[in-house]
Amino acid sequence: MAPEIVFKDATTKLAEYEASGGYTALAKARGMTPQEVTDELIASELRGRGGAFFPTGRKWSFVPSKDQIPKPHYLVVNADESEPGSFKDNEILSRVPHRFVEGCLITAHAIDSKHVFVYIRGEYEGPYEILVGALEELKDRPEIRGDVTIVVHRGAGAYICGEETALLESLEGKRGQPRSKPPFPAISGLYASPTVVNNVETIVTVAPIITMGAAEYVKLGVPNTRGTRVVSLSGNVVNGGNYEIVPGMTIKAIIDELGGGIAGGRELKAVVPGGSSTVILTKDEVDVGYDFDSLSAKGTAMGSAGIVVLDDRCCIVQLGIRFSEFYEHESCGKCTPCREGTRWLTAILRKLEDGRATQSDLDLLLDVCDRINGKCLCPLGDSDAIIIASYVAKFRDEFQAHIDEGGCPFGGESSLDGVLAPIQMHTHSPVAVVPA
Amino acid sequence: MSTLYEEIQEIRARYPEDVESAVLPALRRAQEEHGWLSADVIREVADALESTPAYVHSIASFYDQFHLAPVGEHLVEVCTNVSCALVGAQQVLEALESGLGCHAGETSADGKVTLRAVECLGGCGWATIVAVDDHYRTHVKPDDVPALVEELAGGA
Repeated sequence: MAPEIVFKDATTKLAEYEASGGYTALAKARGMTPQEVTDELIASELRGRGGAFFPTGRKWSFVPSKDQIPKPHYLVVNADESEPGSFKDNEILSRVPHRFVEGCLITAHAIDSKHVFVYIRGEYEGPYEILVGALEELKDRPEIRGDVTIVVHRGAGAYICGEETALLESLEGKRGQPRSKPPFPAISGLYASPTVVNNVETIVTVAPIITMGAAEYVKLGVPNTRGTRVVSLSGNVVNGGNYEIVPGMTIKAIIDELGGGIAGGRELKAVVPGGSSTVILTKDEVDVGYDFDSLSAKGTAMGSAGIVVLDDRCCIVQLGIRFSEFYEHESCGKCTPCREGTRWLTAILRKLEDGRATQSDLDLLLDVCDRINGKCLCPLGDSDAIIIASYVAKFRDEFQAHIDEGGCPFGGESSLDGVLAPIQMHTHSPVAVVPA
Repeated sequence: MSTLYEEIQEIRARYPEDVESAVLPALRRAQEEHGWLSADVIREVADALESTPAYVHSIASFYDQFHLAPVGEHLVEVCTNVSCALVGAQQVLEALESGLGCHAGETSADGKVTLRAVECLGGCGWATIVAVDDHYRTHVKPDDVPALVEELAGGA
């Protein structure tokens, strides 16, 4: 049985949280210098749970002193969870809001910040109400709050705001469009001040690390992926849901032992391992440890830990269409390769699916991927390009069959057949149609 | 009973720097009050923020949750991203279309319900997710739709 760190003694009530030792890590941390807290996080080897996997303590250590840059420091928590397949932060905020708040307050101490902003996606009405309720409970507890103000800022429906610089733009009341980096947020982030941006799961892990000590925390997991990880399991699996695992457990075991196997007695076809933006794994590749190094060796990543299970009814071209429609819809429009390229990817995949494609369209598809990848300010367009290229690389026969057979070999029986995507309901601006 | 103008001033006070940070919460509050963001409402928000209608409209048009056209009394949003689609989101959407008598992206003839297909709502393991007035219903099946349609017709 995996140890629980994130979800241990889950409660939304302050009294119950305190009864199980809640807010003692905060007291302990405040007895330490900010540098000592940061050093403890560095020693814990905790890496960011939002997707980029950057070492958390090191990120904190990049914040300059107020002598170097005499401006306020800000902590911004990224609760804009919008990656298809990922829903862990939803459950974390809903079940352990006080552990989350405690993590915010410890982190604020570590980076010498008096202002915390929690940017929560606008659709998360339920988690928002629970978080606000937890903060209400602290109104009469100045010894916990200290001199830190926590503002919960609601997004309004834009995947791109999960990208940290787009999130900062949005928080400043602008359109959520990524900034050019450098400068990185640690130097010039919110209101051009030194800012740390951390994911919800990262922050909720801070208090347990202070309580148990980095030395204990690093005993869990495998090299480069320590502690626990909350994995979101969905798709054609019996028991979808969030599971807190110790990294190194295989994807196969996560699906079979935690998820109860493939639903309806079907066969596994493939797995999206870390949210929509990660390179697909075929059924022959899933006996792989769910950790940074093992997945890197397979050319993919944990990302935001959303595992989407696909059974044998899934047409991979349709999978590509649906995800590409998502990226097309969510492209902020700032960088041309992404704005135009995601639309082209969708259109070419649609030609394949409809049986209008010729052999050269397959080459064109990969060419468009190349023309997006690495050419934009943020990874949104890259994600579309990388996953589509991986679908072609690993399921080339299926793409070829769409050309050879003049349409979808599933003949309308694919599990993703005829799905209406929001991009089909409207477009943000009238633009020329991609040539048929 | 405070006015929208006063509420927006309270929202502005939450942010330490005098930039436009209050625009998203201000638009959300305005939409809660008026249902959708007409040109008049955009102007009202802009005035309260000491900004311009053009700027505020440029923000409102960027984010999916802001309505720049009238919507029904209730908003029903069906996630049709992959995890939900794999377990039948399209069938749920189609059941709602026939139950409400309108297509996704439209409002029912009686003006009561607006139906939308939306991108991932972040509840993938509990698919299909249907958000009814922002509150998530989980594990929704086509068979659940008639009761939901009735509930929407009966409620205020």
